[in-house]
Amino acid sequence: MHGVVQAIILGVLIGGVYALMASGLTLVFGIMRVINVAQGALVILAAYLSYALFTHLHIDPFLSILIVTPAMFVLGVAVQLVFVRSLRGPDASELSLLVTWALALGIEGALSAVFKTTYRSTLPSYTYHSWNVFGYQVGVVRVLGFGASAFLLGVLSLLLTRTRFGRAVRATVQNPTAATLLGVDSNHVQTLSFGIGVSMAAAAGAVYGVIYPFNPGSHYDLISRLLSIVVLGGLGSIGGAVAAALTMGVVESVVAVEISPTWAAFSFFIVLIAFLLVRPQGIFGLRERTL
Amino acid sequence: MNRATAAGIVRGGAFAAVGIAFPFVVHAAWIVNIGVLTVMYAALATAWNLFSGYTGYISLGQVAFFGLGAYSLGIAFEHFGIGSGYNPFWALPLVGLGVALASLPIAWIALRTRHMTFAIVTLTLLFIVQQLAFNLRSLTHGSSGLMLPTPSFAIDNYDRPFYLAMLALLLLALGLCRLVLRSKLGLMLLAIREDEEKARGLGVRVTTAKLIAWWLSIAVTAMVGGVWAYYLTFIYPEFAVDPLVMIGAVLMTFLGGRGTLWGPAIGAIVLVPAQQYMLTRLGASQLYLVGYAAVFIVVLLLLPRGILPSLQDALARSRERQRTRRNRIARREAAV
Repeated sequence: MHGVVQAIILGVLIGGVYALMASGLTLVFGIMRVINVAQGALVILAAYLSYALFTHLHIDPFLSILIVTPAMFVLGVAVQLVFVRSLRGPDASELSLLVTWALALGIEGALSAVFKTTYRSTLPSYTYHSWNVFGYQVGVVRVLGFGASAFLLGVLSLLLTRTRFGRAVRATVQNPTAATLLGVDSNHVQTLSFGIGVSMAAAAGAVYGVIYPFNPGSHYDLISRLLSIVVLGGLGSIGGAVAAALTMGVVESVVAVEISPTWAAFSFFIVLIAFLLVRPQGIFGLRERTL
Repeated sequence: MNRATAAGIVRGGAFAAVGIAFPFVVHAAWIVNIGVLTVMYAALATAWNLFSGYTGYISLGQVAFFGLGAYSLGIAFEHFGIGSGYNPFWALPLVGLGVALASLPIAWIALRTRHMTFAIVTLTLLFIVQQLAFNLRSLTHGSSGLMLPTPSFAIDNYDRPFYLAMLALLLLALGLCRLVLRSKLGLMLLAIREDEEKARGLGVRVTTAKLIAWWLSIAVTAMVGGVWAYYLTFIYPEFAVDPLVMIGAVLMTFLGGRGTLWGPAIGAIVLVPAQQYMLTRLGASQLYLVGYAAVFIVVLLLLPRGILPSLQDALARSRERQRTRRNRIARREAAV
């Protein structure tokens, strides 16, 4: 029992970080029907940036979120303007899937050229510290990572519910045509949202680099999880993405403890397939009709 | 027999003749090796097109079944002793049928979702099969890889049997595509691609049609995987289920023209030799991936419909121009 509770705590802490990455992915989908397959590669890119800032300038990885996130926001805006916006027509969503996949390959190649393919880790002095809470071990970096993710998700939710821009975003998600008719500049909303989606990946990437060792190829593992999370949560639903990410974290760490670590990643795919059998639209998703 | 059918048969026959003659004319092993890869990708892309090109459902997990085919043949070698030399090739149809049958339940679940979700679910399939290949160590030997016996073909023309096997699969895939396009099934698939709800409303059995196309596509894909495993004689999870192979087949289909008969094969014939060239020139520096990504993005952004449809359009436009010019001249002469 003790082991299971410990696993659930770890799972929730990790799930929070995945929730941050997945929320960016699902937000972008909700607004422009674009799945950004490069989200995983962007997380790894941010992890490398934070790693470089830490090793060369000795900036704490959690502080480096403040530098990496705005930088990657600019990158995200640029990617939207150059690659995503030019896709038009009925196949635009599916084409975007392939374009962003190609982008992920490009990032992987560039990172391997610069940083080589050896595994790296950002290791601040407190990496291996942990607190003892009621007999359970809780790692400091994981708590900080979860805290940063929860904070940013809170900021995102305030941005979406309390600001004029947020209202424009939600209007575009519900009905793009009506939103445009009411004066929402849809190009503007799309570009900024893509930037925000990428900054979520950036912040989560800085955290990811502290928790896990990574190399340029790690983005495949990440994107397979992120895609499963957003599909399980229901494409376009941020609440669904958070719920699915926490589910994934808990399922994986419980399976790792109770059955075997080698089957941990696999277990979540089984949950996804089983769930789709019952509810093809995901936890909170609307039934996807012709797009 | 109408003219279009006759032209099609001539075109197919010429293609097959050139394809078969190739390894007997060219003897340099490295060129035949590129030939094997080209024909392999052409077969994969044609099979991908058979499902994704005709139904409009983009599947990003086809390579999972390529890997399953590769492992099935490898495991058959180890546990059932399917002979050596040319004999293992005869086991391929069984591998294809088996893998395709086994994939039907998962396809049925995945096809309950619509386009975007379907693409993502199939992409996760790719990772599921890769994980299985890593984890089921008693069958696949996990990350240490599965060894197949090296066939005793003459060293001078070692690649030739594999080339011919791949070519046979490519011709099979092309034949199936043509049959499907000419049949009622083809019409059903195109109706699904244009508007699935309307097709369903008109009484098209959409799920059955999609599953048949899926089954055919996977059967070919798995057989290609089997030949490839025998060719390499060594398979690892990361190479048997490689996202790069998947993206390669998709890219070639897009380059040649989705939903056409010859497009994917043309895309492969253009792209694979270029890819191999880039790999030898840039491979060591990891820039190969960047170059590959750049080619892909350029193709998608500049030529989203592919070579064949764009050519057909250009041809149709020039014919139209000629006709109007001829009409104008005729009118002017009539006026004079």
